[in-house]
Amino acid sequence: MSPRPGFVLEVDRSTPPTLFWHGEGFRLERLPAGSRVVYAPEPLAALADPDAEIRRALEHPLGDSAPLRSLLRPGMRLTIAFDDVSLPLPPMQAPDVRQRVVEAVLDLAAEAGVDDVVLIAALALHRRMTDDELRHALGERVFNAFAPHGLLWQHDAEDPTNLVLLGQTDQGEEVEINRRAAESDLLVYVNINLVAMDGGHKSVATGLASYRSLRHHHNVRTMQNSRSFMDRHHSELHSSNWRMGQLIAKAGVKVFQIETTLNTDTFPEQFRFLQRREWEWSLRDRAGFLASSKALERTPPELARRIFHSIRAPHQMTSVQAGEVGAVHERTLEHVHRQQLVQVEGQTDILTMGLPFICPYNVNSIMNPILVACLGLGYFFNLYRGKPLVREGGVVIMSHPTPWAFHPVHHPSYIDFFEQVLAETTDLFEIEAKYEAAFATDPWYVHLYRTSYAYHGVHPFYMWYWCAHALAHLGKVIVVGGDRAAVRRLGFSPATTLSDALEMAEDVVGRDPTITHLHTPPLLIADVT
Amino acid sequence: MKALVFERQLARFAASRVAADLAGSGHGVGVGPLELLEVDPPALPGAGFVRVTPRLSGICGSDLATLDGRSSRYFEHLVSFPFVPGHEVVGDVAGGALDGQRVVLEPVLGCEARGLSPLCAACATGQKGRCERIAFGTIGAGLQTGYCADTGGGWSAGLVAHESQLHPVPEHLSDEAAVMIEPAACAVHAALGGMESGHTATGGQRVVVLGAGTLGLCTVAALRAHALPGVLVAVAKHPEQRRLSRLLGADHVVEPDEVVRAARRLTGSMALPAGGGAIERLTGGVDTVFDCVGSAASLETSLSVVRPGGEIVLVGMPGPVKLDLAPLWQREVRLRGAYAYGTEETPAGPRPTFDLARDLVESAGLDRLVSGAYPLERYEEAIAHAAQAGRRGSVKIVFDLRRTRAKEHL
Repeated sequence: MSPRPGFVLEVDRSTPPTLFWHGEGFRLERLPAGSRVVYAPEPLAALADPDAEIRRALEHPLGDSAPLRSLLRPGMRLTIAFDDVSLPLPPMQAPDVRQRVVEAVLDLAAEAGVDDVVLIAALALHRRMTDDELRHALGERVFNAFAPHGLLWQHDAEDPTNLVLLGQTDQGEEVEINRRAAESDLLVYVNINLVAMDGGHKSVATGLASYRSLRHHHNVRTMQNSRSFMDRHHSELHSSNWRMGQLIAKAGVKVFQIETTLNTDTFPEQFRFLQRREWEWSLRDRAGFLASSKALERTPPELARRIFHSIRAPHQMTSVQAGEVGAVHERTLEHVHRQQLVQVEGQTDILTMGLPFICPYNVNSIMNPILVACLGLGYFFNLYRGKPLVREGGVVIMSHPTPWAFHPVHHPSYIDFFEQVLAETTDLFEIEAKYEAAFATDPWYVHLYRTSYAYHGVHPFYMWYWCAHALAHLGKVIVVGGDRAAVRRLGFSPATTLSDALEMAEDVVGRDPTITHLHTPPLLIADVT
Repeated sequence: MKALVFERQLARFAASRVAADLAGSGHGVGVGPLELLEVDPPALPGAGFVRVTPRLSGICGSDLATLDGRSSRYFEHLVSFPFVPGHEVVGDVAGGALDGQRVVLEPVLGCEARGLSPLCAACATGQKGRCERIAFGTIGAGLQTGYCADTGGGWSAGLVAHESQLHPVPEHLSDEAAVMIEPAACAVHAALGGMESGHTATGGQRVVVLGAGTLGLCTVAALRAHALPGVLVAVAKHPEQRRLSRLLGADHVVEPDEVVRAARRLTGSMALPAGGGAIERLTGGVDTVFDCVGSAASLETSLSVVRPGGEIVLVGMPGPVKLDLAPLWQREVRLRGAYAYGTEETPAGPRPTFDLARDLVESAGLDRLVSGAYPLERYEEAIAHAAQAGRRGSVKIVFDLRRTRAKEHL
């Protein structure tokens, strides 16, 4: 039986309560009759033999690329870059897709006698990966073959000796990327395309770039004009990356792009109820929900965090394509859309969403308030194609505990951003003009980014900018069940219950509003007509 | 007349310390050596002394430390018992050249008040706070009115003061404004006190003011008025203190556990980790820290955020503290005390600190810091309020003697 497509449910009196994620927990909420709930399509079938499909993709590339085998020769410099710990979410059960692909590429390199090979985690301005995280992504065999010999690198966007300025695009955007990658005879980039935003020219132009380069598209203006991030043809973020990608190609950097898509099989057996539709919950699902909820009520937050972050998703590969960047990415988008697109008719006055425990920037870490904002307004709000699920001037209601808590090793500049910058203003343009440069060049943050496991000093700014489109579009943002002081610091309104939040929202959108709940994860893209 | 009298009673002294340790500052008054008594007015101890009838008399942090039994034994020979506390005083003069005038008291009991001639070197140059003879002369030991058995103090219906201690209050200034002149003078002296050694917080320096009680807030105002700090960070624990710090001129206001991070990001300093991502201390830091708390913890914080070669100014009265001075030594940090007042070097020449303080009280509107007034009879309540002022959204608590005085006249 083929998996069922996405679905928009209209709530009536017989509809059971709807599950809302709430950080490291859940809430069952009764939505008013007439509300809509957007459910993701069921997971697509996995590739029967992913390793064979990878080999096939490398032998039969898309676009004007030659097969990988023919691009490899003795004496060449080969660099294999790969997506970092921010993908996939949650981290997948072993073997990770990156391990499968990198092993296949290395097998071909070995057959061709290539011995100058370096692997690079494409961190951009993210934190460095720990050895355990690298082992998980690449597998023991690859890790042990490269790491002890200094051949497994993590991109350092602050290492002037290993960056090279390739030039400027016709829009004056400077393109500065990893020197080893740029000066290799071949750069293979291994992607996990969890959402439509990932991959394409963004892989190299962002993942291997410096602040000097990234600031040209990670800024308020670009973010406000990316409508949405999930629709690259209407995303200024992607347009800028595409211009940079073309310049990278023109500068002579030969990129062999490998993109993989995953199905939405997101949670292991004990959490299966999280990806089922509530009225279809079996007795076992109900028991699972009750047991989890009751146990979590008594679990200290730190322990609950550890439990959730130990989840390994049973994601399976649904496609792999390789070759020329543009052609590969177009095919990838077809696969992502096949898995995630859900047709939705018309916008809504109020969009509700339950935010889970994880986003790309808190793997094995704390979802601090800035990341809560980014996940809700940067990611979930942007899970659309066509027009936003919520109308202009509408209200987003997010459910998350939003603790006033930060991981001091991973997010040091976030603490200062929250304590100093947001205490003074939440205005995007003011923040960008007044504070960004100081944080971006602060030597302490640079030091921690390079030597510890800290996100770059400018990263919290990017997370805030990520909300730019939503903040310009919405009339109000309400957080249910969040730390009230933290929510207010973000400039949002706290509410204790969903019904309080709906009542508060009516002050903005009027009586008898339309309500839509985005039932994610599993991930989906609302194709709004 | 009524007076709150502090006796030398070691058992009660110990009891107040235990109570304060157990229940918090200000809670040891009931069992301590302070009592409301009917006493004779103090005798005029010599030439130049006049009677002063207090209108308002403030409760200071040093008073609270004394009442809690926390003050340093250093002061043992610098006070005489029994004494009537109260050195922040606005009142009316009876007798002498200032007869009938409303005045504020400059409480330091220097050579002149002590009938000593010639004056010591410090008093001769107007630096009364540094008087070398505060335990000698025609009156008993006592570094200030409020700690001397012979002068009485502000927490009573009457005291005696030497004319050299008195400053007339302009008519337009309220009693509430006038009672703030003494604490403001301490702050002005702290802000300008480094002038003689060339270490004032001027010329774009980055400054941290630790503590936002009366002294901390006055220091913020004094720095803003008399120095030109490039960046002034105030550290305040309670919401009202934060609001007032901003109003009085702080560029940034942070909570105590945020100060190291705040100082780091404002100076772009590197930092030494304490483990788990926390910061132990900065390798650079701010130019000057004004410590208006005076505890071991505040000094430790000061040492964590001051730059090598920088200065820590002790404004709040410290007691015995256990402190690792290695960073002070290795980073060549100057530690400067800022006690009381006298004469300040200003760009316009020397000026009495009290004159500068009076101007500051007016320009910064420091009368708004007076947030509670009690009659002497409710002294336990008043002292408990003063001890918890920050938590209760208050700053300066005073005794209001105006009604007491009216009753005594009847």
